[in-house]
Amino acid sequence: MAETTISRPRRPSQHADRSQNSTDLAERPAKRAKVQLDTEVAENKKRALEAHTIYGRGKKIKPTTLKAKDAEILLEHEEGFLEPEGELERTYKIRQEDIRRSVAVETAQKGFELKLQELGPYKASYSRNGRDLLLAGRKGHIATMQWRDGKLGCELQLGETVRDAIWLHNNQSFAVAQKKYTYIYDQAGVELHKLEKQIEVTNMEFLPFHFLLATIGNAGYLKYTDTSTGQLVAELPTKLGTPTAFAQNKSNAIMHVGHQNGAVTLWSPNSTTPLVKLLAHHGPVRSLTMDREGRYMVSAGSDMKMAVWDIRNFKPVHTYFLRQPGASIDISDRNLTAVGWGTQVSVWRGLFDKAKSDQSLEKVQSPYLGWGGEGQRVERVQWCPFEDVLGISHVKGFSSILVPGAGEPNFDALELNPYETTKQRQESEVKSLLNKLQPGMISLNPDFVGNLDLASHAIRKAEKDLDKKPEDKIEKLKMRGRGRNSALRRVQRKKGSRNVVDEESMRIEEIRRGQNVKVQEKLKKQEEAYGPALARFARKGA
Amino acid sequence: MKIKALSRSTSSIQAPGSNVTRQPRNLDPALHPFERAREYTRALNATKMERMFAQPLLGDLGRGHVDGVYKIINDPEALDRLASGSGDGVVKVWDLTSRAEVFQIKAHENMVRGLCWNRDRKLLSCATDRTIKLWDPYTTEKSSTPVATWLGREAYTAVTHHRTHTSFAASSSSGIHVYDTSRPSSAASTKLAWPNAVDTITNVSFNQTETSILASCASDRSIVLYDLRTSSPLSKATLTLACNAIAWNPMEAFNFAAASEDHNIYIFDMRKMDRALNLLRDHVAAVMDVHFSPTGEELVSASYDRSIRLWKRDQGHSRDIYHTKRMQRVFSCAWTPDNNFVLSGSDDGNIRLWRAVASARQGVKTFAHRQKLEYDEALKNRYKHMPEIKRISRHRHIPKNVKKAGEIKGEEIKAIKRREENERRHTKKGEKRRRSEREKMVLATEE
Repeated sequence: MAETTISRPRRPSQHADRSQNSTDLAERPAKRAKVQLDTEVAENKKRALEAHTIYGRGKKIKPTTLKAKDAEILLEHEEGFLEPEGELERTYKIRQEDIRRSVAVETAQKGFELKLQELGPYKASYSRNGRDLLLAGRKGHIATMQWRDGKLGCELQLGETVRDAIWLHNNQSFAVAQKKYTYIYDQAGVELHKLEKQIEVTNMEFLPFHFLLATIGNAGYLKYTDTSTGQLVAELPTKLGTPTAFAQNKSNAIMHVGHQNGAVTLWSPNSTTPLVKLLAHHGPVRSLTMDREGRYMVSAGSDMKMAVWDIRNFKPVHTYFLRQPGASIDISDRNLTAVGWGTQVSVWRGLFDKAKSDQSLEKVQSPYLGWGGEGQRVERVQWCPFEDVLGISHVKGFSSILVPGAGEPNFDALELNPYETTKQRQESEVKSLLNKLQPGMISLNPDFVGNLDLASHAIRKAEKDLDKKPEDKIEKLKMRGRGRNSALRRVQRKKGSRNVVDEESMRIEEIRRGQNVKVQEKLKKQEEAYGPALARFARKGA
Repeated sequence: MKIKALSRSTSSIQAPGSNVTRQPRNLDPALHPFERAREYTRALNATKMERMFAQPLLGDLGRGHVDGVYKIINDPEALDRLASGSGDGVVKVWDLTSRAEVFQIKAHENMVRGLCWNRDRKLLSCATDRTIKLWDPYTTEKSSTPVATWLGREAYTAVTHHRTHTSFAASSSSGIHVYDTSRPSSAASTKLAWPNAVDTITNVSFNQTETSILASCASDRSIVLYDLRTSSPLSKATLTLACNAIAWNPMEAFNFAAASEDHNIYIFDMRKMDRALNLLRDHVAAVMDVHFSPTGEELVSASYDRSIRLWKRDQGHSRDIYHTKRMQRVFSCAWTPDNNFVLSGSDDGNIRLWRAVASARQGVKTFAHRQKLEYDEALKNRYKHMPEIKRISRHRHIPKNVKKAGEIKGEEIKAIKRREENERRHTKKGEKRRRSEREKMVLATEE
């Protein structure tokens, strides 16, 4: 490509040289103007080509794309970065103190440590706009705080096991998975609701646009509760035992559940069977997460691997080896992946990079940043939205570390505003409730809404025809196979129905007996045909 | 090592000492997940809100008439004046802003059949008592004498005034007579009639753009077009049933709508009368009156089934139906010149004022409110094909008898179609062709 862009402006100049020899000097200014024009055209072409390769990916650039590019001019903040200056410098060698020393005072204050040694291990969660922090200690300690100002919101001692805690749609309420039930508290720590159907919940996720609280517990039941109406929307048995990991895809609200056998299943409240099952690891999946655009999944398993999956086509991209099983993974808005393993946290950059074409994804060999190794087993890592901050909750409390280049620099105030006033929060709450999405809209492709249903008339008619005679399964089975492993026998053998005598099993029995009689008759006929001497060669099913 | 971390100062969002916050935007689609689904939800909400705010009836004018209102007409020179004529010969003029009566006169002995404003803001009225009277409601007191009177030999059925000249046309059983307002109580200057027509002409209407063209409908089921310049009829179309009213499109000079007894409204091109441009079907009784909106895009029709319907010019079914429990047979309707309101005069003696768009409100709106409405409108338009949105936006409460009559009518039409198809199946191929609905009702055209 570079070759063509260089060669193009050259060609007219050669042409000009030739013309100089053949024509007189009076014509030269005009020719020169033409040459200049040609180089200009070539320059324009080159720029267009560049724009195509960067933004258009070979397609025509639409005016909307250009408009979006124009809008970028108005984006006032620029992302942070960590750039080695010499060849010997490595970003992963830099320590928090160095970062804190070289950034603005206001930013440096965002890196802090909370020492909570007695009631841990802790699990922390940031509110959707990153303003509030919720800390939940295993032994029943709950605290909320506006971490940027260091203001404590409420503090509760629940006196029983707390397995998980998350903020709901804003900083006004949070859900806590306790020893038996799940409870919802308001910002002052007053218990609002007791969700009696959510028993022994281990993991929770909140789908903010659908107002659904998705929970999964030891029994492996995935339950969706509408937090605006309080109704249990769906209850889906995963049938794969106690789940080991749980995460939501923020772009399409599909829940990913990691299981003991290394499988990851994808769920929507609209189907009782998983939408997708994929085997990500050998051994239990320990943690998983998706990037915000829902293109890649990163999971860590007990097999000490960290796997990157392209979940648009469910294909593995890379695997990495961790020295200990990754306990928690999170991907930031600018696609930095933080993984907590053992007492350490490492941050990876460019595990997947959408600007490059997907085929030539280069495997990143070393992490971007590291932290830990001081005897604090990491429980959970979570990126703070719109900040270059990673929240690490561990056995001894909570650490907030600075990771330059992690956060989305330009927020959209009408979507999520980290600096919102009370009035704005109230308004956006009403708006978001009005625009609440129905659970039925959750699907692998979030943009299916408003499309034409291209199913043929016949298919739709068949779906509508409720008076149709039900298909006779047994009649169909009759035709398939014979002998020991005939379809009928297999149905009879099926576990769980051995001692049940119902109409269906009686019919099967009858058909089989009929078939047997036929076989015996055939055998007899054969024997007769062979005569007494050769009768022993008669065979069933011949 | 080069290090830079994000640092936004709070003062960049809210300047110290002020309570105005900046709201920066970022249009990156990654920051706006579920855009399609959220937009659809907003469109659904907007549609629901539209139906929630749909309150078409604003009220009625003053205390109405003692007898049924058979003719209402807007003053084309004013936004707020309306004249109405009732069955007992009383003519009233109303002020629309205060909805109060400003002029009242017992104009005729019998039913007032025709009313018309001229460009001098004087009011012409004609009645079955064989007189046409000219009133001056703007300057004279109540119960004054008419400015001029014309006497005829037959009962008058309708009156219409020329756009620029001083002449007006009045129809009666013997034809159309053209008079001159500048010459009070004179005899008719011209008489217009189809050569062999004998039946009563029920309605007549001047084209307000091609000003010398005149259309009339008669009880012999014909629509006749006349040209005043040659004082002769141009063409005639005979339909299956008679028409009750004719309205010229104010924007397309050659198109007019005819309100037919067969429950339909036909939009004709006057140059090509053997086929309607469009037919508007939804009423379940005779259409008594039809009127174009000033934009020429929409129509309002009054029907004998006690309802009025609003139509888009280019769509076959009505966009809205207005009715009340107390409204009786509707004989007349009008669209105000500001395009915002619709008026109906019915047999119960009331003149009702309706919104032209049931969910619209007229008050002064803030910029944000206006923006919201425009956005909602765009959303509704974008998702109008979605089944739920379509269902909600089309849903109307219809009086039981209208609904029932509609169902029966549907059955009857189906039966007729079935019969025709059967006949076609049993006749020689090609002998009995299907005819388009738009030309079925035209029996004959003559030039």
